Amino acid sequence: MFSNKYKITKYLIPAFLVVLYVTYAGLKLANAQHEVHTDSTAIVTGTETGATTHSEVSHEESATEHKPEKVDAGKLIMEHIGDSYDWHIVTIGHTHVSIPLPLIIKDDKGLHVFLSNKFHHGHEAYEGYELKEGKLINLSGADFLDLSITKNVFAMFVAVIVLLIIMLSIAGSYKSNALKAPKGIQAFVEPLIIFIRDEVAKPSIGKQYNRFMPFLLTIFFFIFINNIFGLIPLFPGGANVTGNIAVTMVLAAFTFVITMINGNKNYWSHIFMPPGVPGWLLPLMIPIEIIGVLNKPIVLTIRLFANITAGHIIILGFFSLIFIFAEMNTGLGFGVSAFSVAFTTFMSFLELLVAFLQAYVFTLLSAIYFGSAVEEHHHEEHH
Amino acid sequence: MQLVTPGIGLLFWMTITFSIVLFLLSKFAWKPILNSIKEREDSINGALSAAEDARKAMDALKSDNQKLLNEARAERDRMLKEASEMKDQIIAKATKDAKEVGDKLITSAKDAIEKEKLNAINELKTQVAVLSVDMAEKILRKKMEDRTQQEAFVNDNLKSITLN
Repeated sequence: MFSNKYKITKYLIPAFLVVLYVTYAGLKLANAQHEVHTDSTAIVTGTETGATTHSEVSHEESATEHKPEKVDAGKLIMEHIGDSYDWHIVTIGHTHVSIPLPLIIKDDKGLHVFLSNKFHHGHEAYEGYELKEGKLINLSGADFLDLSITKNVFAMFVAVIVLLIIMLSIAGSYKSNALKAPKGIQAFVEPLIIFIRDEVAKPSIGKQYNRFMPFLLTIFFFIFINNIFGLIPLFPGGANVTGNIAVTMVLAAFTFVITMINGNKNYWSHIFMPPGVPGWLLPLMIPIEIIGVLNKPIVLTIRLFANITAGHIIILGFFSLIFIFAEMNTGLGFGVSAFSVAFTTFMSFLELLVAFLQAYVFTLLSAIYFGSAVEEHHHEEHH
Repeated sequence: MQLVTPGIGLLFWMTITFSIVLFLLSKFAWKPILNSIKEREDSINGALSAAEDARKAMDALKSDNQKLLNEARAERDRMLKEASEMKDQIIAKATKDAKEVGDKLITSAKDAIEKEKLNAINELKTQVAVLSVDMAEKILRKKMEDRTQQEAFVNDNLKSITLN
């Protein structure tokens, strides 16, 4: 394992240096050709300034030929990690290949259901609505309720269907394969289930763990499969479902509601009558305890959202670097691509770990909150 | 900022979807899976403890066997010892008896020998006496053949016998 890793790094560095050198040589060559072709830019003082002037000029040339816009990495990344009304797959030249998704809008005029291709990528308005920079706008300015099946909703549906198929088929194989060693995908999922049961639920919740197992397993696998799908760059994956604050908020809300419902006398008495706290401190302690309780779902929401979004941003950032540099010079773009691909590969492995880790952390924290809610009074009453 | 503003639509769909998933998975996946795992674990634990019990029973049996064997061995040893003791006793008794009988026989033999010896001595004495008398007679006959000698002798004797 170690020697393997060492080997890769051993070859990576020289490969990178070679690519960098080739890029530099290409840049010089292009510069020289440029100097030959254009007599007007004869005042070239040094190679570096030459390179910059060249890139600007060539960019202007290419800009007039191809696209009028510059690469805006921020906008690109935000579009990728955000939600949208169609599923953009690829753009070839001027043709956008995307899957239109249904819009469901409720306003004072009733329910509007139509596909997003009616907007023609934001170029046209439809039924009084318009897409402006990916945002839905009512042209009359009235309030409306947007229950559209967006990219994230659709991606979540796909992930959920896959999850249901996997888990229900596993449940079936448990019936047909009763009391035998697990087989196939069952053998992959079972250690995770046992891990959640023995390492998360049992130590955090105690003897009542069985009651919370279905929820813990559901959030674990829901988050895990959505994280993994988010890492797949092709169509059914690539959406930033678990990196969307609405999704994590709902997950955290479920944990919060279940905690509240299951909170026993001991749990509430710890909030409203913290043991061992003098009476005059209670007006200070109770708000603090209540903030502590409300803080938990917020922390859950933000942790998952931030971790997954950050992973997506880093990977997209590395890819954006290629195009930013390519805009300056094609050779430079190729050079940076080696670096970007290497780092993205590394980041993808890290993200695989994070996908599991964040699902685990969310489940573990939920289990700990449930544990505190159902904990029996075992502190001595008299102290 | 749009990134940290939750969309109503996504909240709505997420809540519905997650509720359905939670319900479906709890009812049709987690429950049977957890039960199956539990059952299998119980059966494995049962099998293991059964194996342990069997091992213990086997050990007990083995130690029982050993005990029986030891007992049998002790019994054999005891029997051997007893037999050897008995043998010794019998030998000792036989020896003693034999000795006694022997002694008795010897004593009686000695007695008989003594008796026979005495008889023999007596016989001898008688024989010797008879022979002596015969001899004496013969000698006397020889000596007293002539008349003078007879008279001399008688006279001698007569002289010695003094009439009182």
